[in-house]
Amino acid sequence: MSLMTWIDDRFPLTKMWEEHVSKYYAPKNFNFWYFFGSLALLILVMQIVTGIFLTMHYKPDADLAFASVEYIMRDVPGGWLIRYMHSTGASAFFVVIYLHMFRALIYGSYKGPRELLWIFGMMIYLALMAEGFMGYLLPWGQMSFWGAQVIINLFGAIPFIGEDLSIWIRGDYVVSDATLNRFFALHVIALPFVIAGLVVAHILALHEVGSNNPDGVDIKKNKGADGLPLDGIPFHPYYTVKDLVGVCVFFLFFFGVIFFAPEMGGYFLEHANFVPADPLKTPEHIAPVWYFTPFYTVLRAINNPFGGVLAMFGAIGVLFFLPWIDRNPIKSWRYRSALHKLNIMVFAVVFIILGYLGIKPVSTLYSEIGQRLTLMYFIFFVVLWFYSSPRSQKTAMTTFIISVIVMLVIEFTGFGGLTETRKYALVGMLIPIAFLAFMLFAGNMFPRMGAEKVVPERVTH
Amino acid sequence: MSASLDNPSTPDEIVVDVQRRRFLTTATTVVGAAGAAALGVQFLGSMSPSARALAAGAPVEADISVIESGAQLTVEWRGKPVWIVNRTDEMLSTLGENDGLLKDPNCENDVQPAYARNEYRSIEAHKNYIVLVGICTHLGCSPAYVPDMSAGINPALKSGWECACHGSAFDIAGRVSSTSPAATNLIVPPYQYLNDTTVLIGDDGASA
Repeated sequence: MSLMTWIDDRFPLTKMWEEHVSKYYAPKNFNFWYFFGSLALLILVMQIVTGIFLTMHYKPDADLAFASVEYIMRDVPGGWLIRYMHSTGASAFFVVIYLHMFRALIYGSYKGPRELLWIFGMMIYLALMAEGFMGYLLPWGQMSFWGAQVIINLFGAIPFIGEDLSIWIRGDYVVSDATLNRFFALHVIALPFVIAGLVVAHILALHEVGSNNPDGVDIKKNKGADGLPLDGIPFHPYYTVKDLVGVCVFFLFFFGVIFFAPEMGGYFLEHANFVPADPLKTPEHIAPVWYFTPFYTVLRAINNPFGGVLAMFGAIGVLFFLPWIDRNPIKSWRYRSALHKLNIMVFAVVFIILGYLGIKPVSTLYSEIGQRLTLMYFIFFVVLWFYSSPRSQKTAMTTFIISVIVMLVIEFTGFGGLTETRKYALVGMLIPIAFLAFMLFAGNMFPRMGAEKVVPERVTH
Repeated sequence: MSASLDNPSTPDEIVVDVQRRRFLTTATTVVGAAGAAALGVQFLGSMSPSARALAAGAPVEADISVIESGAQLTVEWRGKPVWIVNRTDEMLSTLGENDGLLKDPNCENDVQPAYARNEYRSIEAHKNYIVLVGICTHLGCSPAYVPDMSAGINPALKSGWECACHGSAFDIAGRVSSTSPAATNLIVPPYQYLNDTTVLIGDDGASA
């Protein structure tokens, strides 16, 4: 009796290996965009391993934390490498996750039957943001302190319970040792478990329904005589080998950053964080780390604390509903209308500019651009809902009028109206309104813009 | 009973008391949930400020005679910055001009003790000295003191505080401008003068 048989009689090792790796049939037409799932898993493992080694030297104490990080950087053998792998890994994680999410967006991977897969993914994204935020407090630098101060005060903006809630989160009236200690606990124990559990759920859901692909074709509909999908190839060895190449290329970039620009010019590790936390003095310019900045701009756009918090969480929350907003049965953007491609590209550009604005200091011009682009961000979902299924000219008109009214209400309550400091308000308002009008009416006026293509029976290449 | 379970060919011998099973399930679930809730209160409660954190709120004294005219002194009270500014008479005389630019010019929001609820937002006897908690009422950054705001985003306020984080601006009485994301004026802590040059922050003799 072989060792494998002995194990298999007691534990389903071969069964699991076959189900999830060697006999998991994935579409044969995966492209560049399909590297990022496996890369995200790689980074998760890397963050856990480097994190374990960091905790061997780090001290979660307001008096000792900053010095212990410098100690890791200077005195611990190899400490600088482990620490930079962890800090760069956090940014790399979000680079990879954003590309992974963009893939889902363009190929419609969030659509039925993959709604739960998408929701698990969104929950991982949320948990990662919490993990990144709490981890950023631990070095106890100026940015750590004031970043945490601002984010925890977001909860303070909730009416009635906010003040008590934010005190409860901090464990004190100000961000203090108590806050640092509990963020450490959540960062190294609680959230990693949550994330690992969600990743298991994400992968189980994926393997239950099967992978989508750049054509959005369901490969299970075309099976050969052996019962295996004609357009499918086993994950191992085909995609394990492909992903290994992706890992090599990723590591070239990753270690390039670690060795040559570990702070990435202040974007991965902000300059102000090399100054110990000082509760009496906010750094002149504070901004969150780059991966939060699109939503930070949305927060800043609204002229009222609770309104800003609602808009910010709304901007993240609306993504959960993507599978139900986009009603179109065609998954991949390859076969959808020119309007859809335009909408997605505009959305991507808006998201990047929102991120850029979030790292810049407040100015009259930037804050107004941020406000217009906040509207553009939400308009993406309105028009996506609109053109994803055939609708009449009357619906277009109604959608347009309701949206413009909502935008005007936001303009005069949330943005502050036509005061003299908002010089570009009148012109600026036209940008989201014009875009909205174009997206709603172009489909009927220029049928070619709204025309969809026939989805092939089999994957194309 | 075990005999009947071991022999599935005679299932009719198994008598299931559904009512009893339901009672046991419900009873254990309810008692278990109550226990979990009681335990949860303890665990969640452990995250509230501890006795040590609660005790660390003692009042602090500051010597105001060292503050030059137009300058700001920052002291720490309850872990937060508290500003004391010795305002010039010119700063005070132009306060009324700001009223149209503010969200709450008459201090109707309850963010100051009654004795500071006046046009200067300070104790009348020492009206040039304003005492403020140096934390932006928006999301808690500490705004910068800008005696000359003419180059900033709110030049009409002349002098006051600007918050670099989200662009809130406050006039020299700590009142928030109407274009700011912050909703309320800066907080005036409870304070009193022990003598002409000493202010006690955190204790006004009225409430603990």
